[in-house]
Amino acid sequence: MSTKTYDAGVKDYALTYWTPDYVPLDSDLLACFKVTPQAKVSREEAAAAVAAESSTGTWTTVWSDLLTDLDYYKGRAYRIEDVPGDKESFYAFIAYPLDLFEEGSIVNVLTSLVGNVFGFKAVRALRLEDIRFPLHYVKTCGGPPNGIQVERDRMDKYGRPFLGATVKPKLGLSAKNYGRAVYEMLRGGLDFTKDDENVNSQPFMRWQNRFEFVSEAVRKAQEETGERKGHYLNVTAPTCEEMFKRAEFAKECGAPIIMHDFLTGGFTANTSLANWCRDNGMLLHIHRAMHAVIDRNPKHGIHFRVLAKCLRLSGGDHLHTGTVVGKLEGDRQSTLGFVDQLRESFIPEDRSRGLFFDQDWGGMPGVMAVASGGIHVWHIPALVTIFGDDSVLQFGGGTQGHPWGNAAGAAANRVATEACVKARNEGVEVEKHAREILSDAARHSPELAIAMETWKEIKFEFDVVDKLDAA
Amino acid sequence: MNTASSMGDHATIGRYETFSYLPPLNREEILEQILYILDNGWNASLEHEHPDRAFEYYWPMWKMPFFGEQDPNVILTEIESCRRSYPDHHVRLVGYDTYAQSKGHSFLVHRAR
Repeated sequence: MSTKTYDAGVKDYALTYWTPDYVPLDSDLLACFKVTPQAKVSREEAAAAVAAESSTGTWTTVWSDLLTDLDYYKGRAYRIEDVPGDKESFYAFIAYPLDLFEEGSIVNVLTSLVGNVFGFKAVRALRLEDIRFPLHYVKTCGGPPNGIQVERDRMDKYGRPFLGATVKPKLGLSAKNYGRAVYEMLRGGLDFTKDDENVNSQPFMRWQNRFEFVSEAVRKAQEETGERKGHYLNVTAPTCEEMFKRAEFAKECGAPIIMHDFLTGGFTANTSLANWCRDNGMLLHIHRAMHAVIDRNPKHGIHFRVLAKCLRLSGGDHLHTGTVVGKLEGDRQSTLGFVDQLRESFIPEDRSRGLFFDQDWGGMPGVMAVASGGIHVWHIPALVTIFGDDSVLQFGGGTQGHPWGNAAGAAANRVATEACVKARNEGVEVEKHAREILSDAARHSPELAIAMETWKEIKFEFDVVDKLDAA
Repeated sequence: MNTASSMGDHATIGRYETFSYLPPLNREEILEQILYILDNGWNASLEHEHPDRAFEYYWPMWKMPFFGEQDPNVILTEIESCRRSYPDHHVRLVGYDTYAQSKGHSFLVHRAR
């Protein structure tokens, strides 16, 4: 029996899309937006407009609305909350029915949730703060090709963070000299080295040439140290065909790991590459160039915790998360919040870490958190405390800037990390006793002593731009 | 200034993963790590192998993992027995994390003579 009649024209979004009595289903995809409405637009109307424009609605009624059951498909704004310490914005909570989204498609989810609605005139600014992916949806995504535990088993490294470094200078080295830098760092004690994200296949160093020399460097360092090593060969490319060609060659070279830039490369390419890695036993390191364009403004864009969740679903075994203590932006509590989203299987709502929802990942493998950017030996006690074992600590300048060169720089970082892990296991508060732990370790390691002397004054103490909302 | 004469050289030597860049752990230090393994609810286990084959994933187990063993001194005694039985082998102590289905800890407690 149908009771609805067609009534042409424009009606308030709130009449259809503001449903404060709605109790979200376990299978709903939930989103929290920070909305800054235009003057004279009520909170309810603005929230409803966001729900409508990111789901079934458009600006006017259309006759074909009556050909379907919109109550089944529409997004619903179901809760509004104040933003602590901010009078002009509010949080809008929206529930989307599961059938609005194609299975296993982060692309489809983002096209809906952060599509046209972000340019919508009734809101002055809009930020997607968090998404609760229902477990029903999580199970449709491939996720990390290998995961933390498989990576540890394959690399045969347990009970400590992995150590890495990006090869510097990031542009301009020839393939053979580049391989030299890799070899020196790996023989000195790092587990991984990394292509800089800007390194793809430029005239000064074509990818094929780089892959060959780097593979030789990895092989030799592995043989000499007796430890398993790898270099993230960047397969980010102008086309998917080219990307796969490079991935195949990396496999032919015996590389254990490749890398991709998931935002500039795009989610379609990323998900396909993750699937290829799963089929080919290849670890996948993910860089996040362009993230700060999207996530740094506290009023507009997408919070990084959402991008991190999307990456875990799309697939990657490592993801850059910032360092908290280095040269790049990052609030400690907020960082801990999305690091949990990468690694744990169930994370409860925790506003003190910026988590707006419970998130259940089921059996989906975890992603290693990568801390990289302006870090050196003095930061290691804090990094070990913040990131724990399931992380990669990457020291680019902090390895290659060592006065005795890359191998000594690598050894200094390795000694400092192992000393901190050992002390932590003994129950020592590592951050508090940083100086004693490092000084003690340096008595057996001139490499560490020199590194500590070189970087003793370098700190990056600027205030964070994107802070958690607090009164 | 960084001159050649003031500069040190880092020599490559064979390593054995976690803690192999630190001086060998003494008995008390090993005891602390055993306690860390037990406090995490992990099961301690010993593996040993000749240095020539140390790069391989699987080292022979010494007896069985010490499931449920809470006394660190028992494990210290087993390390000693393993070392005496295989003096030319490396011996490593492992903590099996059943939740992660992986090793939570693994480091050398004896370097082959």
